[in-house]
Parts: sequence; C-alpha cells; structure tokens
Amino acid sequence: MFGSTKKLGLSKSRRTGPSELTELQVWITSPDSECDDYPSVTSDESYELSVDLPFAVLKAPKVWGALHGLETFSQLLYEDEYGAKSVNATTISDFPRFAHRGILLDSSRHFLPIKVILANLETMAMNKFNVFHWHIVDDQSFPYLSRTFPQLSQQGAYHPYTHVYTPADVKMVIEFARLRGIRVIPEFDTPGHTQSWGKGQKDLLTPCYSGSKPSGTFGPINPILNTTYDFMNQFFKEISTVFPDAYVHLGGDEVDFTCWRSNPDIQQFMEQHRFQTRLQLLDIVTTTNKGYMIWQEVFDNGVKLKPDTLIHVWKGNQEQYQNEMANVTSSGYQTLLSTPWYLNRISYGQDWHGYYKADPQDFKGTEEQKKLVIGGEACLWGEYVDATNLTPRLWPRASAVAERLWSAKDVTDINDAFNRLSMHRCRMVERGIPAEPLFSSYCPREYKGI
Amino acid sequence: KKSRHSTLNHLSFEGVWPLPQAFTSSTERYPLNPQAFYFGYGKQSAAQQGCSVLDTAFKRYFSLIFPDYSSVDQWAFVDKPFLVEVSVDQDDCESYPQEDSSEKYNLSVCEGKASLKAETVWGAVRGLETFSQMVYQDDFGSYFVNKTEIEDFPRFQFRGILLDTSRHYLPVQAILKTLDAMAYSKFNVFHWHIVDDPSFPYQSSTFPDLSSKGAFHPMTHIYTQSDVRRVISYARLQGIRVLPEFDSPGHTKSWGKGQSDLLTPCYRGSTPSGTFGPVNPVLPSTYQFMEKLFKEVSSVFPDSYIHLGGDEVNFSCWKSNPDVRAFMQKMGFGADFTKLEAFYIENIVNITSALNKTSIVWQDVFDYHEKIPEDTVLHIWKGLPEVYQTELSRITKAGKRVLLAAPWYINHISYGQDWRNYYTVQPQNFSGTEEQKKLVIGGEVCMWGEYVDATNLNPRLWPRASAAAERLWSDEKQTSSVDSAFPRLQDFRCKLVRRGIQAEPLYVGHCKHEYQGV
Repeated sequence: MFGSTKKLGLSKSRRTGPSELTELQVWITSPDSECDDYPSVTSDESYELSVDLPFAVLKAPKVWGALHGLETFSQLLYEDEYGAKSVNATTISDFPRFAHRGILLDSSRHFLPIKVILANLETMAMNKFNVFHWHIVDDQSFPYLSRTFPQLSQQGAYHPYTHVYTPADVKMVIEFARLRGIRVIPEFDTPGHTQSWGKGQKDLLTPCYSGSKPSGTFGPINPILNTTYDFMNQFFKEISTVFPDAYVHLGGDEVDFTCWRSNPDIQQFMEQHRFQTRLQLLDIVTTTNKGYMIWQEVFDNGVKLKPDTLIHVWKGNQEQYQNEMANVTSSGYQTLLSTPWYLNRISYGQDWHGYYKADPQDFKGTEEQKKLVIGGEACLWGEYVDATNLTPRLWPRASAVAERLWSAKDVTDINDAFNRLSMHRCRMVERGIPAEPLFSSYCPREYKGI
Repeated sequence: KKSRHSTLNHLSFEGVWPLPQAFTSSTERYPLNPQAFYFGYGKQSAAQQGCSVLDTAFKRYFSLIFPDYSSVDQWAFVDKPFLVEVSVDQDDCESYPQEDSSEKYNLSVCEGKASLKAETVWGAVRGLETFSQMVYQDDFGSYFVNKTEIEDFPRFQFRGILLDTSRHYLPVQAILKTLDAMAYSKFNVFHWHIVDDPSFPYQSSTFPDLSSKGAFHPMTHIYTQSDVRRVISYARLQGIRVLPEFDSPGHTKSWGKGQSDLLTPCYRGSTPSGTFGPVNPVLPSTYQFMEKLFKEVSSVFPDSYIHLGGDEVNFSCWKSNPDVRAFMQKMGFGADFTKLEAFYIENIVNITSALNKTSIVWQDVFDYHEKIPEDTVLHIWKGLPEVYQTELSRITKAGKRVLLAAPWYINHISYGQDWRNYYTVQPQNFSGTEEQKKLVIGGEVCMWGEYVDATNLNPRLWPRASAAAERLWSDEKQTSSVDSAFPRLQDFRCKLVRRGIQAEPLYVGHCKHEYQGV
C-alpha cells in the first residue's frame, strides 16, 4: 500500500491528524481460522470490511477471507497530487461467486524459472485468483524432478540441472501459494502428451508400428503392460504426497489412437478384454485418494468417472462449449470452464472485452445444473510463452476473467470495467508487475524494470 | 556444409544474424581467452585510439563476447593472445552517421588474429557486431571462433524501427535498451514518432507549454532536451541515426493544449462546437509557429532528414469551419480539401528545406498530389501486398524514393509464428524498371504504441523485428528459405536473451541461459 512512499523516520512526537486512520483491525470470527491448513474448494473466502473512524475493521470467518479483505482494503487507498494517501468511509460485504478461480501455466513447452511463477502467484492474489493449475510436464519436456523416478527429468527435461523443479522448488511454490490463499493443483497429463516421459522411463510409451515392424516412434502411454501400472501407481503415490491439494489434474486430452491401433499387442489385448472404446483403458490408469480433474474428452468418450470428478471444458466455439457445459452438468458432474479464456491466443486490440463477457453459467440448464459449475480457469499455454513475455501476456487480460469469476453475475458494464481495469492495471505496475496497457494512456508511476 | 550444432562442426557464420552477404568458413577453430584478447587499431587506420565510437565499441563488445567473464577469473593461464585489429579508411569518428554512410566491412579470422577493415567507423561497428556473434562456447564454457572470411554490406541503406512515445510514454531507459537491441540486428535508423494526438512529451525550449500542457504529466512523462541529447548520442555510438517525426496537420490534438489557435476549431452549424481538428492551415500564425518549432527541431536533431507525417487528415472539421471555407474560395480550391492539405504540406516542406533538411512523409502526401521536392522520401504504410506493391510502382515511377513499412506493422500481433510473414516480404517485388527498384531505399518496422509501453515493448519487438532486419540487410536469394532461417533465428533469440534483451520465444524450446526476470 505504501510501497512508493519514502520511509519517513520514526518520529515519536508525531501527532496524528484528527481524521487520520491509523488502524485496521482484523478479526477471524470462527473458532478454526484454518491458518495452518491448505485452502480447498470449500474454503470460506467471505469477509466484511468497514472503513470508519476510529479504526477500520476487517472480519472474516477464515484466514482466506481475511487475505481477500486485506487486498480489497489496499485497493481502496488513493493518492492526491501531493502523494498523500486517503481512503473513503466504506462498508463492504464480499464473497466470491465461484469457488474455483484458476490460472493455468505451462512449464513444459517452455521452462518457467521459479521467480516468474512466484511473481505471478503474487499477482493472482492481487486479483483474488485462488487456484494455480500447474501444467508441469507434457510432450516437449519433463522438468519435474521426481524422487522416485529421477531419470524422468534427468532424461526428459530440457536440461537436467538448469531446467528442472527440485523438491525444494516445488515446496516453495506450494507454500508461497498457500500463504496467499492459492491452491496448487498439478497436472500430470496422460495417456497422451507424454513424449518426454518415455525418455527416462523405457517401455512406458507405446511403440508405434508401421505394418508389422516398430516404426521407431512412440505414442501415448502403453496401457497393456503391468509395468505401466506399477510405474503409475508409484509415481502418483509420490505426487499425492508432494502436492497437498485434495485434487490432482489427470489430463486425458487429445489422445491419438493411431499408435495404439497400429500396435498388434494392443489390438490383441483389446479383443481379449472386449473393451469397447480405447479410452476405457484410462479407468485403470491411476489410483490415488485425490479427487480428479480431467479435460472434457474423457467425459465425451464415455469413460466411467468417480462422481466427484471435476470436468474441465476447453473445446469448441461458444455454442459448442455451452452445449458441453449443459451436457456435463446434466450428467451430474461438477465442471470448470476454460474455453473462452485461452489467453495464449493473442490478437490485436482490446481482447479483454471477450473474456469479460463470457459467463460460465450461460447455458440452457436447471438451477441445479448451474450450481454444478464451480468456476473457471484462464489458460496460458506455453508454445509461444516463457518468462520473457508471460507476465504482460497474462495481465491485465486475466483480471477480466478474475472479475467474471468473483463478482456478481450482473456486473457487466464494460465501460465502467474499462475505467476500473485501467486503474487496477496501473496498480499492478506500481507493485512491480509488468501488466501491459489496455489502450493509449499513462500511469502516474510507469513500469521501471526493463 | 550446413551442419548444425555439434561442437565439432559449428560454423560460425551461421550464428550471425542478419546473414552476411558473402562468407567462406571452415571448421578450423581457435580458442579465445578473455584474459588474452585485445582490440587494436591497424597502423594504416585513419581512426586511432581516441576515436569515441570505436573505443566505446571495443569496451562494449568485449563484454558481449565474453558474457561469463569477470575480472576475478585469474586461473586461466595466459597463452597465445588474440587480436582483433580494426582499420578504417575515413576518420569520421566525431560525425553522425548519414543516409549514405558506408556500412561495408571485411572480416578475416585466422589464427591469433581477426582483421576488420571498413571504409567508415560505422562499417567497423557492424563488423564488430558480426564478430561478437561468431564467438561461441562449448559445453565446458571455453570460447571459440572459427576461421572465416566475410565480405559484408547492407542490401538497403535505411533499416529502421519506429517507436511511438505519444500513445504511451516510454522511459528513456526503454529507448536506450531498444537502441542496443537494434544494433544487435544491424538496424541503423531510430524513427522517433515522438508526439501525436494523445500526448506531447517533447519539451520544447521555444514553446515549453506544448509539453507542460500537452504531456500526460508535465514532469514525469516528458523528454527534456537533455534526454533527447542522450538518446541521440547513445544512438550515434552504435551507428544509429535518429529521425524525429513531428506529424502534422493531423495527429496533433495534444499540440493544441499548449498552443491555442494552432488547431482548427470545429463548427456545428454556425457556432464552434468546442472540439478541435487538424492544424489550422489558413492562419499565418500557424506557419510562424511551425517555422520556429522546426528551427528548434532541426538544430536539436542532427540528422539531415526529418519526418513530417502528413497522414490520416480528417477533413470534416476543416469543412465545418467558415474561415477555412472562405480561405478555400479565396485560393480557388473549390471543395477539394486535398488541395488545402497540399497547400499546408508544401509550406511545411518549404520551411524544412530552408533549414537544409530532407523530408520524409507518409504516402498520403503523394496520394494527394502534393507538390513536394524531388528528394522527398515517401513512406508506404497502407495495405496488403497487392496494394502496397502498386503504390511502390506508382511512387517510384514518379521518380521518388520510397521506404516500405506496410508489411512490417509488428504492433499487429496474432497467435503463432508471425515472424515468418515479416521474413518473406520482398521489398523490390513490384512492376517497375531497375531504376525504379533502386528507389526503394529501405524499410521500417513500426511498433505503434496504442497497446504498447515499457511493460511489453521488448518481447513484442524482439525477435520479430529481427526477421525484418535480415530481409533489409541480407541477400534475398541466400535468405529465401524460412525453414532454414528458423533454427538460426531461434539461436539468435537466445543470444539476445543472454545479452539482456527480453526477446520472446519463436516456438517451443529452450535457451541454455533463460531470462531470469519477471
């Protein structure tokens, strides 16, 4: 709040002015503050803020609400042209519309140094995002240093020392996030998107065939070998302990069946076990005691899912994703929306308008169905993104999504949003975050880090 | 011969961007030791120690060549020294680079010595840049350079980058950083679109109100005379010309804040509406003001060229104003406002010609049939290839020189590898004679500022602008394959990141040394 003010020396004799606000009291009003816990999808994030004299009061049932209330309070401050800070008398009662408000970052297409991940967690907190969906590995590289299978990153990372996340790195991210009320949900996407896994784990991936001979290339994870399940069980056991969140994202997207089809052993296995669809093989892939998040394909392909599975909708045009949301919720599953919020898809002009307008409950369904929409995620896939351009590409565009997921459904005035978002953007810049401009304009304090 | 990236077989010239015109190289390589590496002047060189451009270049390039070196490393034993000997024919060390300055250089690398010969210091700076890109490290961090012969010169004389400091203020540091990155890609003109509608950050000594009333903030969002001098001298040391643009008569809203009566008052019916339009071309005070302003600008900016703008003039305000209409009648222009614009621009060009400057104007000026001096350069910015190729034909047919910017509006971002579009532009592909083709003096990458400021300028500019840099420097035939360019540009991008330029990735992959900032 006061970062830009030069530190005045401690002056004991300093009188406080008659209307100076000197204290913000923070009250946690429920017996269990959850201070030492990890946030979850059921965490109470509500708070009440009353800015008044003699002191301002922030009340929240849990620490998570208190964190949000502090962020709000910091945003109520404004400066006059002499640099004096003021705040208006205010009463706020606030809580999020959706419980799952996430950002996806992809550290496989490009390695993301820890610093940029932490800076973005900080920025997420400024925007009241509460889930960091860490798409940590994929085809191109495997930077996660596994204790059980260190060869995975040894062989699969871009570089085994400089482009990996050690257990200490991962711990740091998780704790940094926790202190800001942010859950860390890792995604270990299988059975597709796993090319890099095969470098350090022989026989994990399916050998593709051309005709009757192996072609030398590999496809998705090999679902018929016992070794696959031994590996997966051990690997996900480790993941379950390393990542404390109650959910893990299993991926399940874009599985190319051609390699499986080409492999004679798999063909034979399918016939013997009379599997109707290939994706049913997914059923056996993992056993952990976590809840699962999966991309929509798994649902679309009729795989049997646990009732508390969270289905992540990402495909299609507006009509298609709205239909998907209707289908998923009418089958009784909880769902998350990402389709309209693929922030990696850049274009010229103020594309934040589109992000602001999209609403996850905009589809034909009952009230019950709409309740199954627990939120959404803005995705920043990494094909063209790394630390050099991540932060300006994510912010302030993701802030438009943040408001859609937190604020009331009827907060839709785009012109008012522009004015407020412009101020919010300058605020992020002042706090050292290179959030890019919305349009021709200026901030009183421009971005200094080059 | 095009082998890739095994330390045994590394060909140095492949690591150079833009691709030199002529080179032969071998796999024979020589180790370099930062503690036994020297720059020196050849005995025959017209420039010797004390030459500011080359002395500072030696210092700068030493750090660029040996990024890991700190003077604490005392362990390496000092064996055979390596000397880079620089000789130039002309001692133009204390001058500014000109439109026709030779940037040619010959670089010959053999055992223990590199000979760099150039006509001017500017050519020598280009050669040093090339040499710095030829040095590479093996997996153990040892430095090497391959035996090479290079004869290089630019295809086009004018290779520019436009920055817009009106839509968003750019701190001086951001401009200086851009100049560094420009030098790495051998860009040689910084087109400073310094003022426009939204703000007037240029602090004029003759008319201080222009910035005190027209800048976003009169203290924090201005360029003082000292800032401007700093940019110009920093650019000069890297062989970069600074071309200022004071765009008029349109794009001047911010000018009216500090100079009342400069802009045309728009009318609604018979009463002023309270809004203002382009510069008022009918008042003598306008031309008195412009003369004084351009006199100052001409002395502040040493380049012999000045950009006068002249684009996108909206006639509706002029039309609404009774005094303007009366003037049109008096001058016999009828209802043709292009004639009024022509009248205005001709007056301004006369002012700048009298100040000994050559003008560059946007293509709109030619399109409106304005009478402009033969040596005025037209800046083409509109349209898709079919459209701008026609314009290139038309303008060069009329005997005028042109600059091409249309295909290089890199502020227009889109998803995917759009650098390929910038790379495959063919600036001389239009119907015309050889003489006409020679009139294309170069091109410019434009980074308009509506959506750009210091938070996103660098990743948006680099390495996409570098694709255009190669198109403007290198031989077209040798650089016709985008697919061959891809791995080279990926490497060059990693080099930029290593040098502290926040250049974004082209596609999936990694650099040995990633960007460690936010």
